Amino acid sequence: MEAAWFVLIAFMLTVYVVLDGFDFGAGILHLFVAKTDDERRTVLSAIGPFWDGNEVWLVAAGGTLVFAFPRVYSVAFSGFYLPLMIVLWLLILRGVSIEFRSHQSNPLWRSFWDATFALASLLIALVLGASLGNLIRGVPLDSTGYFRAPLFTDFRTGPEPGALDWYTILVAVFVALVLAGHGALFLFWKTSGTVAQRSERLARRIWILVLPMAIVATIGTSYVQPAIFKMLISRPWTWPLLLVAVAALAVVYLSLGRRKELSAFLGSAGFIAGMLAITAAEMFPTILPSTLDPASSLTVWNSSSGRTGLLIGLVWWIPAVLLAIAYFVYLFRSFRGKVTLKPATDGY
Amino acid sequence: MDALAWDRFQFGFTITYHYLFPQLTMGLALLIVVFKLIALRTGDEHHNEVARFWAKIFGVNFAVGVVTGIPMEFQFGTNWARFSDFAGGVIGLTLAMEGMFAFFAESAFLGLFLFGEKKLGPKGHFGAALMLFLGSWLSGYFIVVTNAFMQHPTGYVVGPGGALHLADVWSYLFNAWAIWEYLHTMSAAVITSSFVVCAIGAYWALMNLHQPHARICLRIGVIAGLIASFLQLFPTGDRHGRLVADHQRPTLAAMEGKFQSSARAELVIIGQPDVAAHRLDNPLIVPDVLSFLAYGSFGATVYGLEDFPRELWPDNVELLYYMYHVMVGLGTIFIAVMACAGILLWKGALYRFRPMLWILMLSAPFPYIATTAGWMTAELGRQPWIVYGLQRTDHGTSPNVSGGTVAFSTLGYLGLYLVLGIVFLYLVGREIAHGPVSRSKPASA
Ligand code: HDD
Ligand code: HEM
Ligand code: HEM
Repeated sequence: MEAAWFVLIAFMLTVYVVLDGFDFGAGILHLFVAKTDDERRTVLSAIGPFWDGNEVWLVAAGGTLVFAFPRVYSVAFSGFYLPLMIVLWLLILRGVSIEFRSHQSNPLWRSFWDATFALASLLIALVLGASLGNLIRGVPLDSTGYFRAPLFTDFRTGPEPGALDWYTILVAVFVALVLAGHGALFLFWKTSGTVAQRSERLARRIWILVLPMAIVATIGTSYVQPAIFKMLISRPWTWPLLLVAVAALAVVYLSLGRRKELSAFLGSAGFIAGMLAITAAEMFPTILPSTLDPASSLTVWNSSSGRTGLLIGLVWWIPAVLLAIAYFVYLFRSFRGKVTLKPATDGY
Repeated sequence: MDALAWDRFQFGFTITYHYLFPQLTMGLALLIVVFKLIALRTGDEHHNEVARFWAKIFGVNFAVGVVTGIPMEFQFGTNWARFSDFAGGVIGLTLAMEGMFAFFAESAFLGLFLFGEKKLGPKGHFGAALMLFLGSWLSGYFIVVTNAFMQHPTGYVVGPGGALHLADVWSYLFNAWAIWEYLHTMSAAVITSSFVVCAIGAYWALMNLHQPHARICLRIGVIAGLIASFLQLFPTGDRHGRLVADHQRPTLAAMEGKFQSSARAELVIIGQPDVAAHRLDNPLIVPDVLSFLAYGSFGATVYGLEDFPRELWPDNVELLYYMYHVMVGLGTIFIAVMACAGILLWKGALYRFRPMLWILMLSAPFPYIATTAGWMTAELGRQPWIVYGLQRTDHGTSPNVSGGTVAFSTLGYLGLYLVLGIVFLYLVGREIAHGPVSRSKPASA
């Protein structure tokens, strides 16, 4: 039962990163792929109908985490107090910059929100990456059951690391790069004209960097958290996930070569999902490793809520997620095809 | 101040701010459905224009509601870690379901509603409005269930480690407290939105602008506002009060400023509590009525604060008392205002009777005040408990987050929300100045 919830939460967070990832990526590249006001409106219209729904996956995953693993939720969120506050403020700024920009045609107003949008997107992508790095590396959980992570210490991954050290920064850069590439492929797929051309060109450059970065990040991980690789060897049933990630990466390269927009985008979605899934699968049953004492690590067994509750929750969760998926399919169908700008009065 | 005080201030401030936006959007969602329905049935284009105008206001409010809502969810973990740890196994269910069942629907259909009118056609567009309404009212229910559990826990068991586990979903989801709290809150949201719709209608009428639209706003606004104002007092406010009387006796005593228990208890209309001296200064009272309102009989005994040990008293009796009286006082005034406006509407004189239009135009802020006062009553009245009777608020904080840190983040929220508020008001002001008629066409004054 606890294991099932681990899978469900990993699934929700993966969907979150894949979906919100493309609008973060589009945000990171916003200033580069779109120069004129019409081009920028094209980018915003491409992500406009989706970004809020994408973010709901984070909200829903958060709610699910409180429900299934209250200890993890409370320990991790209070431990990363300041980094999280910064993320929340950035999320606020990013959300309003998408929605407020269109309400005024003053060029300074629009440039201001464009820059806010791009900067906030980049910073959140980096922070998401750094949090992933922290989850893998572990945090200084002690016998009180809580920890407090400073923003950074000496940038080394010792027993008392900060939220930022060389490893988490490495993961952060890797994640931001992949999300930028993901966003570029999304724009390549959903837009036309100069925006699509520029996105395609950027996508090629970014994805060339992804492979070497992936190798560096993997080596870094094997050094910081060797347990993951021991698990990989002892759990053959997780190998297909690895295969998915590698194959999806190949799909990205092949489709970019043949200029197949949708399959390139799906490839990068598969790559992100595969990488996250393999990481989660090898971490299991640990959710939050302790750098001080493995006995203090939070696992699915010592941090979950009661079995009856979890069973009841499952009964509710399944129809809920089916409904959510149905909404998303409907939404993507309703806004299918390339974005065409409407006359300047409505929309973004 | 220590961490607890800052935590409480931060939560109170951010939730109050957040709730300024959903209370309008939830009510407006209903009114927009009404406008669209009339437009669909009669083919009247003015109703569609009014719906489009309010959809724009809705959009701006929704955006701010969304971005200020996300910090709320995370604050449970960041500032109230021991509370999340303790109650998460129960309240997590509705926090998750709110996202899965309601927010997905809202965000999906908002895009369709705001940008898809041509694509969907009139029926489809009405459907999108309806889904938006259902989504937002459903999210209201889930969050109110969460709050009702904190007020009056049901459906849980205490697990082996001391944390709460969900045992009976139905008694959790259909907690009597949740049902009355929900009806009262939703009715309040309809009050807020009808007052706002009336205020804009009155403004146009007074300025001699957009006459047909002004009439639509005034007519629908007054009818909805009148119904909701009555529902606010009876049955929802009345039944909600009885639940407090049954399950939170010290709270009721503090709300009413009652220090000594008595049968045939009197209802206080005005008066200032003096907590040190255990009495109410210069009270204006109606004899016997409180016993009747709380327990249905004039002879029933109502307990006073002195019947309870001091550590069970809400810790801010004065503020609780004032907030409760502000809510009820404003509620009574709303009924009076809407009743007068309703009579004038019925006589066909509302659009020309300028004093009433002035009153309607200036009333718009007061439902926000009443709602905030109502929440302050509920949340201060819950003290000293964070989960009533089960966990005390001072046992709910994060042990690893210091007061200074929370002070810092609180100041961050204050600053950010101030800027957000200014930009919000500016944008809403612009939409109002544009009026209901599409910008390319000349204004039909
Ligand atoms: C437009 C806003 C508004 C108005 C006019 C009223 N209320 Fe209210 N009231 C609310 C908005 C509100 C609220 C903000 O929605 C609350 C906070 C928590 C809740 O469930 O609803 C609330 C709570 C609330 C509570 C619960 C307090 C607690 O939980 O400790 C009671 C007993 C009442 N109300 C009673 C009334 C009565 C008798 C009214 C007479 C007209 C009234 N309210 C008008
Ligand atoms: C419906 C969902 C809500 C939940 C789950 C909730 C939960 C909480 C929590 C956890 C706290 C901090 C702990 C405490 O001081 O007891 C709190 C305090 C507070 N909340 Fe709520 N709240 C909700 C709705 C609201 C709304 C809509 C408002 C106001 C408009 C509000 C006003 C306050 C205030 C003013 C405080 C601080 C009171 C104090 O000093 O303790 N709450 N609430
Ligand atoms: C502690 C309490 C609360 C939490 C944790 C919370 C959480 C949230 C979150 C995360 C969102 C953003 C959803 C999105 O991305 O679309 C949101 C928006 C919203 N919330 Fe809250 N909320 C709280 C209190 C309330 C209350 C008391 C109500 C109403 C009764 C409410 C009603 C809404 C609605 C209708 C929205 C949609 C946005 C809008 O219409 O402005 N929330 N809330």
